[in-house]
Amino acid sequence: MLDYIWLLPTLPLLGFLLLILTAGHLRKRAVAIIGAGSIGVSFLVALIIAVRFLASGEEYFIKETWAWMAVGGFNAGFNFYLDGLSLVMMLIITGIGFLIHLYATGYMADDPNYSRFFSYMNLFVAAMLMLVLGDNLVVLYLGWEGVGLCSYLLIGFWYTNPENGYAARKAFVVTRVGDTSMAIGLFLLFASLGTLNIQDILHAAEMQWAVGSGLAVAVSLLLLGGAVGKSAQLPLQTWLPDAMAGPTPISALIHAATMVTAGVYLIARTHTLFEMAPLVQTLIAVIGLITLLMAGFTALTQTDIKRILAYSTVSQIGYMFLGLGAGAWSAAIFHLMTHAFFKALLFLAAGTVILSLHHEQNIFNMGGKRKQLPVSFYSFLFGSLALTAFPFTSGYFSKDEILLGALAVDGLGWWLWLGGVMGAFLTSIYTFRLFFVVFFGESGRHDNVKEFGGWNMRGPLFVLMAGSLFAGFMYLPLDIVFSQGEPHEEHHVSALIHGIMIVVPLLGIGIAYLFYGSRKLSTARIMASPFAQRLHTFWFNGWGMDTLYNRLFVNPFLWLARINENDIVDKIYDFLIMLSRIGNRLIVQTQTGYLRWYALTVATGLVFIITLGILL
Amino acid sequence: MESIPIEHSLILASILFTLGLIGVLTRRNIVFVLMSLEIMLNASGLAFIVGGARWGQAEGQVMFIVILTLAAAEVAVGLGLIIQMYRQFQTVDINVLSEMKG
Repeated sequence: MLDYIWLLPTLPLLGFLLLILTAGHLRKRAVAIIGAGSIGVSFLVALIIAVRFLASGEEYFIKETWAWMAVGGFNAGFNFYLDGLSLVMMLIITGIGFLIHLYATGYMADDPNYSRFFSYMNLFVAAMLMLVLGDNLVVLYLGWEGVGLCSYLLIGFWYTNPENGYAARKAFVVTRVGDTSMAIGLFLLFASLGTLNIQDILHAAEMQWAVGSGLAVAVSLLLLGGAVGKSAQLPLQTWLPDAMAGPTPISALIHAATMVTAGVYLIARTHTLFEMAPLVQTLIAVIGLITLLMAGFTALTQTDIKRILAYSTVSQIGYMFLGLGAGAWSAAIFHLMTHAFFKALLFLAAGTVILSLHHEQNIFNMGGKRKQLPVSFYSFLFGSLALTAFPFTSGYFSKDEILLGALAVDGLGWWLWLGGVMGAFLTSIYTFRLFFVVFFGESGRHDNVKEFGGWNMRGPLFVLMAGSLFAGFMYLPLDIVFSQGEPHEEHHVSALIHGIMIVVPLLGIGIAYLFYGSRKLSTARIMASPFAQRLHTFWFNGWGMDTLYNRLFVNPFLWLARINENDIVDKIYDFLIMLSRIGNRLIVQTQTGYLRWYALTVATGLVFIITLGILL
Repeated sequence: MESIPIEHSLILASILFTLGLIGVLTRRNIVFVLMSLEIMLNASGLAFIVGGARWGQAEGQVMFIVILTLAAAEVAVGLGLIIQMYRQFQTVDINVLSEMKG
């Protein structure tokens, strides 16, 4: 059965081909069956493979299919590599992916481009599966770029609105910066180790490189660049909030199952390289910490329901990076898994809210929707609890592990831990701000709304609710994968630290309740001071990162484009043309057409030559 | 017998040649241009003769006969062209034929 692992990416790819080649001529029902079904079958196959693999007790399993390219000493094949890490990833991708597809069959029901939507979604999942299952970095890179392409296609799915196209381009271009860095990293790896097979690289690097050597630092920095781009971390995080332009199931897919988790996967997969460069590993933790705090503050000020969730994703991926940087590899992957559950849940519930309120996205126009949108209410309740790491929800266990891992880091440990706890505090405030504003208080602009969607949209919500609550009790078979890397000694942390990590989210929920639930406190008082207002604007605009990049990169580029509009490079060639024109005009003067002129020039020339002959 | 010094004959040939050249350059009537050309040819022929006589070589006279033949052929063609030109343009003014200026 394990041999059938090639079915995993192939099924969604077939679904994509079928849907794209029929070009919308299929009936919607058939499209839904092909689109969601291909992922569903893929998930079943993944489940069976997972059970068989775990039962076999093997450390890893390699399935070689066929060679993609073989040039000289370089071989890259479509070979599948299955171990605990890719097992977890493929289950998340197909499982969560299937639920999102199922939800989308209802969400997109009225869209004229139903078939195109599902074809892109299928390709997205296929590319992501390729990414996590490939046994060499070339196949991983193929999936990596495929994911980038699909995100572009889907963010700009409603392309008739130019702003969506702009957001799609932004996502594509910004992640491209990271991809370029990663590609260079791959070249460097191949140049120094002569192979791109991941396991070979990890072994060879361990043998040949010294810890902290320049090569190790360079390679891991370049790979980190790629991961930072895909996972929307500082300094390349600006694309993710704008990616909200796509349909909501896309946001769920990008944030939960595919795309942004790719960077975390890449670092976890090549963790040996990062262990060779402790400096870069610390950098990962710092990047994660700064990103999670920045995104947390930004999420506090947003009013668009999807943008709040987007910034919370950036912040949660920041936690994963913090875990990776702290060397708590399996904690990071654990958080990736629990995050996939509750973030998919939150996004899908947000989609239901948005559709039920006729495409209203501003949370302050919602209000008091507890009774009218019961399923969304409970989805948001459980999703928010998990997101804020409420005790014994899934998020609690994973965030706990990450924070403890951060605490164990030498030197910076306390700072990382403090920042992470601060982030958890922010998370609980902005999450429950959203929750209280949407579902409590006075009814907003929309009265008497009916909750949108049938069983195909509610079913996934219920499954994800259960996942958000209980996924924390799951066991992930990651011990073998990260066996060398993990700090094995037991942390003896005091009960006080555990207590703080439990109390802080509750504190945040309490504050959110005072401000937005009971309205005992008012934000208007805070906002009265000009400093708070300026800070609010600053945070609202995502710490001015977009403005900064516009100043630094976009405007100079536009300036270059503008002065190049009249072809500054062509000026050289224009000059050449002008020169030959002038020459032509001068020489044409001699062509008078008078015979005597020609005779005179011949005679003069002759005299000249003879004179020369005599003189010299 | 007192022979004419070679310098004198060559000076005569040069004067003739220059006269011919000036004729070619200044005359507008194409018949005169052709005649000036003949003078130039004969001037060079004279130079050959003088040279042949001075060094006692036969080639000078041979060259003169060649030039003579050449001139005859050239005049035949040239006069033919002049007749054609007159038919076409009703004139023998050479300045009229400046259509090929750049």
